[in-house]
Amino acid sequence: MAVSDRIVRWRYRLVPDHLLGEILTKRWVDNAIPLLILVAVAAVFGWLIPDFFSSASISSLMRQWGEFTLIALALMIVMVAGGIDLSVGSTFALGNIVALALLNVAGWSVPAVIAATLACGAAVGLVNGVLVGYLRLRAFLTTLVTLIIVRAIVDMLLLKYSVAIAAAFVDSDLWYYFGEGDVLGVPFSVAAALAVALVAHLVLTRTRPGWQVLAVGGSRRSAHNVGIPVRRVICLTYVVSGTLAALAGVLFASRLGGAGADTGVGLEIAALTAAVLGGNSLGGGRGSAAKAIIGSIVVMIMVNGLVRLGITRGGSSLLLGMVLLAAVAIDVRWLKNRMKFLSKVYVSPTFAELPPAPPIEGASPYAVNDRLRPVEAIGLDRIDGPEDVILDEDDHIYVGNRTGDIVRFLAPDYTRQEVYAHVGGRPLGMAFAKDGALLVCIGGMGLYRITRQREIQKLTDETNRSWFSIIDDSRLRLADDLDIAPDGRIFFSEATIRYEMHEWPVDCLESRGNGRIIVFDPNTGKTQTVLKNLVFPNGICMTHDGRSFLFAETWACRVSRYWFDGPKKGTVEPVIPDLPGYPDNINRASDGTYWLALVGMRTPAMDLALKMPGFRRRMARRIAPDEWMYPNINTGCVLRFDESGRVIETLWDLGGESHPMITSMREHRGHLYIGGILNNRVGRLKLDGADEGWTGQKSYWGQDAARGRA
Amino acid sequence: MQGLGRLSQEQIVFGLAVLLCAGFAVALPGFLTTNNVLNLVRSVSILGILGVAMGLVVIGRGIDLSLVALMAISVAWTLSLIQGGMPLVQAIGIGLVFSLFVGAVNGWIVAYVEIPAIFATLAMGTLVYGFGRYYLFDLDVVYMPPAGAPLLWLGQGTLLGVPVPIYLFALVCLGGYLFLRYARGGRYLRSVGDNILAARITGVPVRPTIVMQYVLSSLIGYMAGIVTAASVASMNTRVAISTYVYDVILVVVLGGIGLSGGKGGIRNVIVGTLLIGVLLNGMTIMDIQYTVQNVIKGVILLTAIVIDTIVNPRDEQTAQQGDI
Repeated sequence: MAVSDRIVRWRYRLVPDHLLGEILTKRWVDNAIPLLILVAVAAVFGWLIPDFFSSASISSLMRQWGEFTLIALALMIVMVAGGIDLSVGSTFALGNIVALALLNVAGWSVPAVIAATLACGAAVGLVNGVLVGYLRLRAFLTTLVTLIIVRAIVDMLLLKYSVAIAAAFVDSDLWYYFGEGDVLGVPFSVAAALAVALVAHLVLTRTRPGWQVLAVGGSRRSAHNVGIPVRRVICLTYVVSGTLAALAGVLFASRLGGAGADTGVGLEIAALTAAVLGGNSLGGGRGSAAKAIIGSIVVMIMVNGLVRLGITRGGSSLLLGMVLLAAVAIDVRWLKNRMKFLSKVYVSPTFAELPPAPPIEGASPYAVNDRLRPVEAIGLDRIDGPEDVILDEDDHIYVGNRTGDIVRFLAPDYTRQEVYAHVGGRPLGMAFAKDGALLVCIGGMGLYRITRQREIQKLTDETNRSWFSIIDDSRLRLADDLDIAPDGRIFFSEATIRYEMHEWPVDCLESRGNGRIIVFDPNTGKTQTVLKNLVFPNGICMTHDGRSFLFAETWACRVSRYWFDGPKKGTVEPVIPDLPGYPDNINRASDGTYWLALVGMRTPAMDLALKMPGFRRRMARRIAPDEWMYPNINTGCVLRFDESGRVIETLWDLGGESHPMITSMREHRGHLYIGGILNNRVGRLKLDGADEGWTGQKSYWGQDAARGRA
Repeated sequence: MQGLGRLSQEQIVFGLAVLLCAGFAVALPGFLTTNNVLNLVRSVSILGILGVAMGLVVIGRGIDLSLVALMAISVAWTLSLIQGGMPLVQAIGIGLVFSLFVGAVNGWIVAYVEIPAIFATLAMGTLVYGFGRYYLFDLDVVYMPPAGAPLLWLGQGTLLGVPVPIYLFALVCLGGYLFLRYARGGRYLRSVGDNILAARITGVPVRPTIVMQYVLSSLIGYMAGIVTAASVASMNTRVAISTYVYDVILVVVLGGIGLSGGKGGIRNVIVGTLLIGVLLNGMTIMDIQYTVQNVIKGVILLTAIVIDTIVNPRDEQTAQQGDI
């Protein structure tokens, strides 16, 4: 290997490029940017103001933060449902003055005051809710107007009661507890805010009303179409928001005990900045209590930091305006371009060097010939994409169909066909179990079992989660081929954990070990990954000794053998390390050897490209997927090899005149049946000198089991 | 054709204004004097000029909440520059350039960054006010220096017995009318407001048109600011954070320019201005408390929006997700 190749290989082995794309697929990445902003802001102000985070300064901040967070949470709940509530600042002021007036002037008891104040906030919210939810007014403008009206009402109340409020004295420990007391060492307002945040989080993520709110915000029309009472849900979010704002007002009243004309002025801008900065989307559907909390901490640090730095009110409104615009800009662009960006960076090729390809001409065992030319077509144009072909003891042919069916062609002439079972998904590899049930790997679904009574049972669709993988690899995405050990354990391959069924050729551009082999034990019902980091593991076939199986790795162009039992248990041995094409399914032949399908042949250009990951990455980023360089999956062949890796014969149909595209083949009673995942037929070839009575069932389960099944 | 159903909102509002006028004329002595009527029109002409600015933006399916803040700050800056000894024309030029620049930034944010207009301009209003207060001047109120005396005529002078602001209002209205009616930009503006996707497909330069509407609004806003400063010989920057901009929206919405864009014209602004003018004047004469006036205006605006929503319902098929 050349030095430059070695460097490239280490570069791609050490830097996990694929993680970037995987992180971007995660929902929690939405929180990453706000969190970074929080850390940056905290660092900057901590550096500018030496004792900013000293305990004295923190504890005075905390109570303010508790009230502010309540407002931010109120706004978050409305925003998640796709609305906006600008009246929170005025409602906060209203809550403050109403609580003080009722307590100081009217002399109500503390619980009654709180109940009445919250009801007052809820009433303001109800007005907003009816206008925006039921009458479908524009939320922004409507709540701006209610902001003005409520503010004017507050001013009127102030004129009337502010003197009386200032003169009265409240003798109630409970009342002062709200403003000055601690809960377990935490200021009461902080405890209240955290409690509300927890409830909001649980409701939004765990309960039906919360899901309805998220659904309405995500897509109003769809929510309506599935029967969610959209208008009521929206109305209720405003009621909740008004109540929370009034609660913050009560806490404020208890803490300061006074009312001024500037109480809560501009609070809506600060709260809006907090909500958006935390990552709650304008327009709804995306938001959480955690985001509101992150945002409120950032805004609190900024505003108080500016005050501590001695910057006047103009400076802080300048900064808030800029931060708000920047946050919204990031939010809008992020929402719009996230998937675009993801699709550009998700494909992350790595270095893959294939051994030199053996020649396919002259004296080579792979030499091109026309031996597949006499193949006859079964079900021509009546089937779409039979990836695998299998026959039962009565000689019926079973194939998977692109429409999610298992189709059966009836013996003896195979002119009649029926849907044997509709499984959904994309049926791929198949095998018959000892009791005659058909086991099938279904792309996008997992491992399924179809009993002889045509009952469809799920065997497994998940395996153990890897500890350090970022994408959730517990779920099976692309179960590909399977085979059954003598003790009934089912070994099956999952070609790739990074791509869905229809994108399988893209995995070649990566040529990383994205695939794995998994075992399902029907006795315990457990699923376990046995081999990881395989390069598109595809065909699996039990060897005749019953202790190991052969498996093909398509993009690595090799066939290996894995011992799951016996003295060599747990080891992998290469069988054919250097195929001239991309191997697919492996199946037993009647004379103790094995059939292997090559789905396509290697080309020098593709082999070279595999050594140039940078080239492939640029290709994936800069040009459309239709223009990408893909491996050849059109022209392939069938070959026969033995356990030592010696290739015995190769069957070609050069030019694909009789049977283009081969992904599998199955020997049955002296004939070879050929399937192809992009093909419109099943091929059938008479084999000269093969055992006319040999079937797969007899080979696996013995003469008796096969006869009993028939 | 049913009688009332055929009346446009414009006609209804005009009728209301006349009714209100008649009511005040009967109930309030001194309302229908020439002096008071001129005074009334003069006092609302600034509101009317701002209404034209807002109307142009709203017809283009936008909204400009930074209008008043920008007006206050740019004019206050102009005044403080004159105070600092700068020649009058140069100071006005700098203020105007600042105003147009902020308007262009507004337009760029709305058209290219794709932040909802109402949001972008709200934040921009806060930002501009903070910028002015922090960098440009220290006091809330900036007074007109003696060097600015020639400007005073714009706000306080009369021509043929009619106050100058009224001429200016008429001039702005005429300009706006001609622009909307005959200029290519005006037609683009209406088509963008009516159906932005269709406008884009037919080849209208949608984004530049949106930028243009905010630049226009900042230009007219600056003119209104100069007139304001001239009439009271000062500029109170606190108007930037007051509810004045909602009075302007009230004029536009009440006049019948639908907030969903593409509908209405300058006539609607005039009618809306008349009604609001009569209302404000009447309330002032009746000596209604300022806060109560605010409540009344707020309720009227809310009612106007409700009616606007009922008359021009949002189309659920074309309304965009997140259109708040």
